[in-house]
Amino acid sequence: MPGLLSRYSAWRLLREGLAGQQGWTPAWEDRDPDPAYDVVVVGGGGHGLATAYYLARTHGITRVAVLEKGWIGGGNTGRNTTIIRSNYFHPQSAALYDLSVSLYETLALELNYNIMFSQRGMMEIAHNQPELESMARAANAMRINGVDIEVIGRDEVLRREPLLDPSPRSRWPVYGALLQRRAGTARHDAVAWGYARAAAALGVHIVQDCEVRGFAIAGGRVVAVETSRGTVRAERLGLAVAGNSSVLARRAGFDLPLQSYTLQAMVSEPVKPCLNTVVLSTSTGSYVSQSDKGELVMGGNLDRAPSYAQRGSFRISQSVVSPLVELFPAFATLKLLRQWGGTVDTSPDNSPIIGPSPVAGLYLNCGWGTGGFKAIPAGGTLFAHLLATGRHHPLSEPFDYGRFARGELVDEGHAGVAH
Amino acid sequence: MQIFHCPFCGPRPDAEFHYAGDADKPRPARDCSDEEWARYLLMRANARGVARELWVHRAGCGRWIVLARDTVSHEIGGSEPLNP
Ligand SMILES: Cc1cc2nc3c(=O)[nH]c(=O)nc-3n(C[C@H](O)[C@H](O)[C@H](O)COP(=O)(O)OP(=O)(O)OC[C@H]3O[C@@H](n4cnc5c(N)ncnc54)[C@H](O)[C@@H]3O)c2cc1C
Ligand SMILES: [Zn+2]
Repeated sequence: MPGLLSRYSAWRLLREGLAGQQGWTPAWEDRDPDPAYDVVVVGGGGHGLATAYYLARTHGITRVAVLEKGWIGGGNTGRNTTIIRSNYFHPQSAALYDLSVSLYETLALELNYNIMFSQRGMMEIAHNQPELESMARAANAMRINGVDIEVIGRDEVLRREPLLDPSPRSRWPVYGALLQRRAGTARHDAVAWGYARAAAALGVHIVQDCEVRGFAIAGGRVVAVETSRGTVRAERLGLAVAGNSSVLARRAGFDLPLQSYTLQAMVSEPVKPCLNTVVLSTSTGSYVSQSDKGELVMGGNLDRAPSYAQRGSFRISQSVVSPLVELFPAFATLKLLRQWGGTVDTSPDNSPIIGPSPVAGLYLNCGWGTGGFKAIPAGGTLFAHLLATGRHHPLSEPFDYGRFARGELVDEGHAGVAH
Repeated sequence: MQIFHCPFCGPRPDAEFHYAGDADKPRPARDCSDEEWARYLLMRANARGVARELWVHRAGCGRWIVLARDTVSHEIGGSEPLNP
C-alpha cells in the first residue's frame, strides 16, 4: 500500500488545496524493464494490472512486470461502458462474477483509490410477454446460484425510470424487467490506475510503450519475451491482451477459439441527472446509463465483421441509438458527443479462458469479450493464483482452455445480455 | 457503407452480405481426435491483417464466396466463388 504520506484522503485533498496543489506525486513510476522477473504479465489493462497487484499482495511475489504496448488502460478497459453485474446463467459463471462484484464493493478502500463504484441497480427490460417469461426462468436459475435478482413489473419499472415511454403502443413497450440491485457502474480509468498505483507501491514494475513481439521457447517452455525494448526473461508468463490474444498465441505456436470484433460505445452531451439505473433493452441489446459528468453512456451490439480497427461503423451506432430514443423519447433532442470502439475477444461460449496454455510456463487470461470489465477483480485474483502456484483456483477450473476439446463449454450466449 | 465484389453479381453494398467464418478450413475425417474436431469447430485464424473469409451473399444471389479482407484497414481484396 502507498505510504502514509502519499495516501489519498479528504484531509490530504484539503491540505494540497491550501498548498496550491504542489505536493502531489506521480501515482506510479513509469520505468524501463529489468532483464528478468519471476512473473511477466503482458497487457496493462484491468486484468493484467489486477493480476500483478494480487501476485504481490496475496502471494508475496513482487519481482513482477506488467508490459503494456501503449498506455495502461488504453485498451478495452478505458473504452468500456463499465457495467458491473453478476446475473449470469450457469453456476460456474455466477460464482466467478459474484466474486467480482463482491470484490468491487470493497475495492476503493482496499486500493485507497476512489473507483466510484455506484450500485444503482440494473434493469433489463422485457418488451413482450414471452421475453418476460424467459426472464422469470433465467431469474430462477440465477437465484438457485445465489445471485440477487428479481423480476419486477411494469409499474415498478416506470416508477424507477419516469422518462421511459409508458405507452403500450410504443415500438418497444415496457412489460417488466429483470432487476439486479447490486449491479451498477464504476469509473474505468480509476480501476486501471488504482490497481497500477497499489501494485507499484508493492514493487511491481509498470512498463508502458513496450510491445511484446515474440517468445523465446526452449524445450517446450517459454523462457523470455522479445519486446520493443529488448528481451525480458520470465519464470512464468501471463497473457492478458484481450483482442490481440490470437496474434500472440500464434507466435507462441498454438490456436485460440477467439474472434476479435469491434464493440462500440458513445456518449451524449452532458445533462442534469435524469436516469437512475442502468437500463438495457432485451430485444435490441442497446443499453444506457448516466455518468457522473451527466453524459448518457450508450452501447449495444458488435459490429458485423471481425476487426482489429478499434473504430466502429455508423450503421451500428445508429442501431444502438435508435431503440434508446424510442424507449426514452426525451433523449431524442440530445446530441452525440463522442463515439469510439474497442477490439473485443469473443469466445464460442461467451465465457473467458483462464488457465495454462499448450506452452509450458505460458498462461492465458482472455476471451472476456464484451463483458470483462465487471470481472477484473476476480480475473486478477484467479490469474494471480494460477501464475503463483501453477495450478487452477477452483473457480477458474471450468474456464480452462481444455474445455473446448472436451466439449465442456460454459455457454452464456443465451442469457441475453453480453456486457 | 463499403462495396463488396460478388463474383456472380458484381459490386454490391456490404449490407447484402453475411460473414460466415474462416475460409480454407477442410472438414476432418469422421474418426478424427477430439482435438482435431475442436480445432475445426471452434478454433479461429482471427488474422490481424489480410484474412481469407467466407461470406454468403444473403440478400443477393445467395451463394458463398471467399473474400480477402484486411481486418485492420477494412480494405477489400479479391473475391472468388467458394465452389467454382
Ligand atoms: C465499447 C465497449 C464496451 C464495453 N462494456 C462493458 C461493460 O459495460 N461491462 C463489462 O463488464 N465489460 C465491458 N466491455 C468489455 C471490457 O472492456 C473488457 O472485457 C475488459 O476491459 C478486458 O480487460 P483486459 O485487461 O483483458 O483487456 P484490455 O483492457 O484491452 O487490456 C489489454 C492490453 O493489452 C495490451 N496489448 C495488446 N497486445 C500487446 C502486446 N503485444 N504487447 C504488450 N501489450 C499488448 C493492449 O494495449 C491493452 O492495453 C466493453 C468493451 C468495449 C470495447
Ligand atoms: Zn451474388
